Amino acid sequence: MSASPPTSEYRRREQSITLSPLGEQLEQSHDEQQTSQELLTLNFGPHHPATHGVLRLLVTLRGEIVHDIKPIVGYVHTGIEKTAEDKSYWKVIPVIERMDYLAYHFNSLAYIGAVETLAEVVVPTRAEYLRVIHMELNRIMSHLVWLGTSALDLGAISMFWYCFREREQINDLFEMSTGQRMHTRYFQIGGVAEDVPVGWTEKLRGFVKRMPSSLDQYGDLLNSNEIVLQRLRGTCALDAETLLSLGVTGPLLRAAGNPWDLRKAAPYSCYGDFDFKIPVGTVGDNYDRFAVRMAEMHESVKIIDQALEGLPEGPYITTDRKVALPPRHELATSMEALIHHFKLVTEGLRVPPGEAYYPIEGPRGELGCFVRSDGSSKPARVHMRDPSFVNLQAFSRMAEGSYIADMIATLAMLDPILGGIDR
Amino acid sequence: MPDATALELIRQELGDAVLDTSFFRERATLEVSPQSIRAVLGHLRVKGYAHMASLHGVDYYPHEPRLGVLYELLNMSRVDRISVKLRVPSDAPEVDSVTPDSAEHGGWPTANFQEREVFDMFGVVFRGHPDLRRILMPEDYEGHPQRRDFPIGGEPVIFTYNESPILEGAE
Repeated sequence: MSASPPTSEYRRREQSITLSPLGEQLEQSHDEQQTSQELLTLNFGPHHPATHGVLRLLVTLRGEIVHDIKPIVGYVHTGIEKTAEDKSYWKVIPVIERMDYLAYHFNSLAYIGAVETLAEVVVPTRAEYLRVIHMELNRIMSHLVWLGTSALDLGAISMFWYCFREREQINDLFEMSTGQRMHTRYFQIGGVAEDVPVGWTEKLRGFVKRMPSSLDQYGDLLNSNEIVLQRLRGTCALDAETLLSLGVTGPLLRAAGNPWDLRKAAPYSCYGDFDFKIPVGTVGDNYDRFAVRMAEMHESVKIIDQALEGLPEGPYITTDRKVALPPRHELATSMEALIHHFKLVTEGLRVPPGEAYYPIEGPRGELGCFVRSDGSSKPARVHMRDPSFVNLQAFSRMAEGSYIADMIATLAMLDPILGGIDR
Repeated sequence: MPDATALELIRQELGDAVLDTSFFRERATLEVSPQSIRAVLGHLRVKGYAHMASLHGVDYYPHEPRLGVLYELLNMSRVDRISVKLRVPSDAPEVDSVTPDSAEHGGWPTANFQEREVFDMFGVVFRGHPDLRRILMPEDYEGHPQRRDFPIGGEPVIFTYNESPILEGAE
């Protein structure tokens, strides 16, 4: 058939389709109406599986491109900081742990560290080692939940089951040593609640042996997965300087190449005793954020291994009877122990007046606890500087100008925990 | 932390802006006048304390001036922290916001959410803040719950069975 000029209106329009970029086409066809400049405001959340909690976002879109994001938080605000002011120092620990619900050991250490600073409590080395072991297990656990749910957001459902398989093992370890799987209330002012039971270290050794190969399995599944790489590489990068001005710390900052980690920079507890590396990224895109957290889990396993090898003998809690409860058996024979026990249980410990800010490296960045004491047995102010809350400010800057699908991936890589944001 | 001597040197550099210094449990605190907060933070930024780790509020009830705002600054190259504190009375709780850039001093974008939280919880008004709204409490909430004279509890919990009497009673 010979080519004839198009007769119908439909044929004429069909010929006008070009392969020029979508933006150009829009401008050509709708120039007079200016529709390419039209903005659409989309409400996202608070109940949406991809928001990792009850986060609400008001997203302004230009076509499929994110123009601006306004996070709206507060849906799970429970007034924990206010509640803490009405409880004696040692009864604050359980509520503090429930702020960032994936980092309960970190929450309690930040708070306990501030109280110990004020009261000048000396913590036995064994307790410090047990704390570090539990915190690093907690870090792996938190990162596993992050990895599983983030992979879910990218469409990889099997990763979720593998991550939760290992997470269960960590929760089993917590259950054995502390009696609880989450929110364990294991850390106490002056040490830890009780020594680890017989057989726990062997069980942990088995876990430390298995975990690196599990991490390698995750790497095999994801590191060369074309879909994951295309979704993560080169998307939503933000440089270290902007991140710092927005107060962002933790894996997000390290992904942009700034090796700031409080465990190395200002070692607290007994982190100075261990040999570990700080994984850093180069450009600070979503892939770096992913890779830094993956590498961090390897380093955490190393720390646990070293802490387990070097776990010293000795008391697991301070013997200062003004701070920690006396052992149960002493109550039957010692009048003084009975009095101390009574005073601590009824009134709680008194902390000298003053203010302290105790920063530690949580799984999401600098987790600092500010405690003000007025000399009574209840704190006058407890404030948690939660990394999720501060890091959320960078979200809009990261996702500006990217596709809405990349915004979802960025939110996953940001790893916000709404319990920590809203407190 | 700068030690006690270094803290006094900083005080001399800042002159009248500093009302008091304290060095307690290795924690260096500068108490400054509310009017000078931007200048003090700008000066400390030049000295290397360029990262604002945290900003939070405190209620010193029953002492006056009641409300305090604390700025935890961090010098990353020397791994050194200093905290700056200011206090404002509860009947005129106003202080300049440090979030936006001003003519003389650069801004601290990280303070945005945290100043909103202090406003929400303590009622401190940050002049010049780009978006000073409540952040954690509902927007129509009355009162500033983190103040020490704000009672705990006493608020009826709304369930389906008592929804209408509570809401009608509030009107």
